[in-house]
Amino acid sequence: MQGGSFVAGTTGWRSRSRLLGERALAAATAVTAVVPLGALVATVVILVVEALPAIRFNGWHFLVGSAWRPGDYYGEPVRTGGVLHPAGASYGAFPLVIGTIESSAIALVVAFPVAVGAAVLVVEKLPARLAGAIGFCLEVLAGIPSVVFGLWGVLEFGPWLARDVYPILAHLPNIPPFDIFRGNVGHGLGLLSGGLVLACMIVPIIAATTRDLLRQVPGATKEGAVALGMTHAESFRAVQVRWVRTGVLGAVILGLGRALGETIAIALVTGSVLQSATNIYGGMTTIAATIVSLLDSAEGDPTGLAVRTLAEAALVLALLTLVVNIGARLMVRRSARGAALPIGAGF
Amino acid sequence: MSSGTIRVPGLGGAGGSAGPAGSGSLTIARRRRVADRALWSACALALALVVAPVVWVLVEVVREAVPGWQWSVLWTRSTGAGGGLSNAVVGTFVIMLGVGVLAGGVGLGAGVYLAEIARPSWRTAVLRSASEVLSGVPSIVLGYVGYEALVVGLHWGFSLLAGLIVLSVLVVPYVAKSTELALDQVPLAYREGGEALGMAKTRVLRTVVLRSAVPGIATGIIIALAISVGETAPLIYTAFWSNGYPTGALLHQPVGYLTYATWSFYDDPSTAVRALAFDASLLVVVVVLALIAISRLVVRRAQRYSPERALGAGRRRGGQAGVD
Repeated sequence: MQGGSFVAGTTGWRSRSRLLGERALAAATAVTAVVPLGALVATVVILVVEALPAIRFNGWHFLVGSAWRPGDYYGEPVRTGGVLHPAGASYGAFPLVIGTIESSAIALVVAFPVAVGAAVLVVEKLPARLAGAIGFCLEVLAGIPSVVFGLWGVLEFGPWLARDVYPILAHLPNIPPFDIFRGNVGHGLGLLSGGLVLACMIVPIIAATTRDLLRQVPGATKEGAVALGMTHAESFRAVQVRWVRTGVLGAVILGLGRALGETIAIALVTGSVLQSATNIYGGMTTIAATIVSLLDSAEGDPTGLAVRTLAEAALVLALLTLVVNIGARLMVRRSARGAALPIGAGF
Repeated sequence: MSSGTIRVPGLGGAGGSAGPAGSGSLTIARRRRVADRALWSACALALALVVAPVVWVLVEVVREAVPGWQWSVLWTRSTGAGGGLSNAVVGTFVIMLGVGVLAGGVGLGAGVYLAEIARPSWRTAVLRSASEVLSGVPSIVLGYVGYEALVVGLHWGFSLLAGLIVLSVLVVPYVAKSTELALDQVPLAYREGGEALGMAKTRVLRTVVLRSAVPGIATGIIIALAISVGETAPLIYTAFWSNGYPTGALLHQPVGYLTYATWSFYDDPSTAVRALAFDASLLVVVVVLALIAISRLVVRRAQRYSPERALGAGRRRGGQAGVD
């Protein structure tokens, strides 16, 4: 389709074989480029189709209700509103949605300053050799599988937090914002532990992107700031921060998406308790962790409603991440429309 | 459009406007110096908090797995109540290979198309957005859809192909994005140079552009492999688990892999089975570390032969990391 224009002004017999080669390449790569779109559309369509009976049965109650009752699998199924379901079935996913949002929020609040601070130091202060070592660390952190993070969280990190850290937090002054730390610290398997493990997992995403963006800031703009007599910190805030902030925002959203959808680590660290956390240390679960822990037993529902309800939960999770992603894209686009080159734009 | 003055945050914070002249008083100078120090101290603390979990997780895995380590786990099959992990090791490598071929090929093609072939239009914008949105879809959602559509819907049963497709869908955006970014960073002058020599565009792409972009592309593919080795959620309900070796059958045969062993064995009542969970963690971490090391070697080798080194040889001794 665009192969013709892809050829530079060449003539003679060679141009024809070139044209053929280019057309073939263009066609083959175009097909592969459509794969992600196709997979995305297929995912959404399959989820919606699968979830439809559950959406009809659960209604709005699914988003506001808190009870998760599969009903009696072995009794006579009942028909309500055209949907066959086990007697006594009732699904409310509010604790899952809240748990997903809360754990991700904790992860983001902790990971953002840590990741950005580390990236800033690596680019601005550290010698190249040390920066390389830190880069290696970030890659390792990003590469550690979530199940290993989960294992570490459930056996080592969580219990350590409950023993050595949470008692201190619980004795902070009883004034906002510290009052959220009041309460029974439990065994370290709950909301805050889960959020902190998530933070570890999204730090490399934010840090590596921030580092790479900072490295792309042109030297002349930094020199200009230094020539104005600014300290390093001031020039950093005047130049680098403006240069990278939209990109960093994108990385943060990427990290948020990962945190919202993280499954295995959260399932291990929070204990997958089907309830909202009673305090910040309390046991809870997320949508993703619920899907992975309940799909097996949901197959026992002879009417299929339990599996379809999990499809509805997956749909809610997919929409949540979709909204986050699209919102981030709009935000980045809007702020990118301002001065792309903040320093020197007026000269 | 610019007001002509540059606001310097922190310089005149309390005073409101920061006059360019007359700010040389001692207190302001001290305040600026303290602010400078405070920023860098906070950054140092942040860096420590980034490095600590890396060390801690690795130490924990080694401490749990190494003391009771037996090499026989590498050539003994799992029995479900002990035994070894050889079936999971083989399965993990089969899955890695499959994802490398499937996601590597598709992602590379998609990246080349978006960066080099398609002219920017709303179509490429849609494709790029779709890829980005797909990379944000949680792996458990993809795993669930793979289960419903492939395992149940198409009657494939728990199977290698179902796992491969779900994992590939998960990592294709990473490969495509890193390929596209790597290609975008190849300077226009290289392409112009190639075309000035009379090369066909496909040849310029192959011999000049792609070669310069190898580090970025390889990094993307290796990230994809590391993800596929470490993922659990998309595989539990697609590849499931098997105590036997992969038979080569794409359909109707479940496949074992290391992360499943960790996920399902870690709280087993039997000490021998629990030990396998840690052994599997150690093996996965070793494979991931090896992949990262390989990616670094690839990048280093590519840099050694890249034209950039000839053009900007001085940069390597620049001390400061990054583009100065």
